[in-house]
Amino acid sequence: MRPRSNQPVFWLLFGAGGMLSALVGVALVFMTGIAAPLGLEPRAVMSYGDLHAFTRNWAGKAFVFAVISLFAWHGAHRIYHTLHDLGVPTGFAAKLACYGTALLVTIIAAEALLKIGF
Amino acid sequence: MAMRHTYVRSMDGWWRRDPYFLRYMAREATSVFVVTYAMILLAGVIRLSHGEAEFAAWLDGLASPWSVAFHVLLLAVFAYHTWSWFRILPKTMPPVTLGGKRLGAGAITGLGIAAAAIASVGLFALVVALA
Repeated sequence: MRPRSNQPVFWLLFGAGGMLSALVGVALVFMTGIAAPLGLEPRAVMSYGDLHAFTRNWAGKAFVFAVISLFAWHGAHRIYHTLHDLGVPTGFAAKLACYGTALLVTIIAAEALLKIGF
Repeated sequence: MAMRHTYVRSMDGWWRRDPYFLRYMAREATSVFVVTYAMILLAGVIRLSHGEAEFAAWLDGLASPWSVAFHVLLLAVFAYHTWSWFRILPKTMPPVTLGGKRLGAGAITGLGIAAAAIASVGLFALVVALA
């Protein structure tokens, strides 16, 4: 019997990240990267106080964690499969580089969010 | 052992041959930008956990003209990702039947894009209301 593939797990994370980024990616990029720096929003939405309070709340923490980690898993999986399409050998090294980066992003995000506290 | 010279077909630029392949590659390329944005946000959360002064430095970085220009590019890429994601969704999800009839590809794409519009406006309204 062939060993079971671990790809469904990565595929699930890819799908979840792809869906989340398709739903709210445009709004997030607009708010964090364009509207807030240019002062387009009615009030300073991205102030330290507001965002600190937001990430202290468990729901806010979960949202920020989901966005950062799932976006990373989505991208890692897609890049890994595109490497194959570009003729790059997708051995253990490529897998480690792609999924390892996503895992690292997940761990660092969790650590930073836990440090902010509840 | 004799050297074998197996023919290996070159993979250079295969995706430039056909507009269909080009669209496929454009779709795949969005992933690099999605990861980049995750990294930008990760940097922000790390700075946020380090206190007000460090977070202010991250905000200053976001306000630089290069950063704003890059985020305009990111906005276009994410919009393309949203569109292409719901364009291929009918092929990647299991078939849905409604009242005995299979939900068409156009309907799935349309519902997806509508959901993205509602989620985006909702998130924006929520953030503005909370601020």
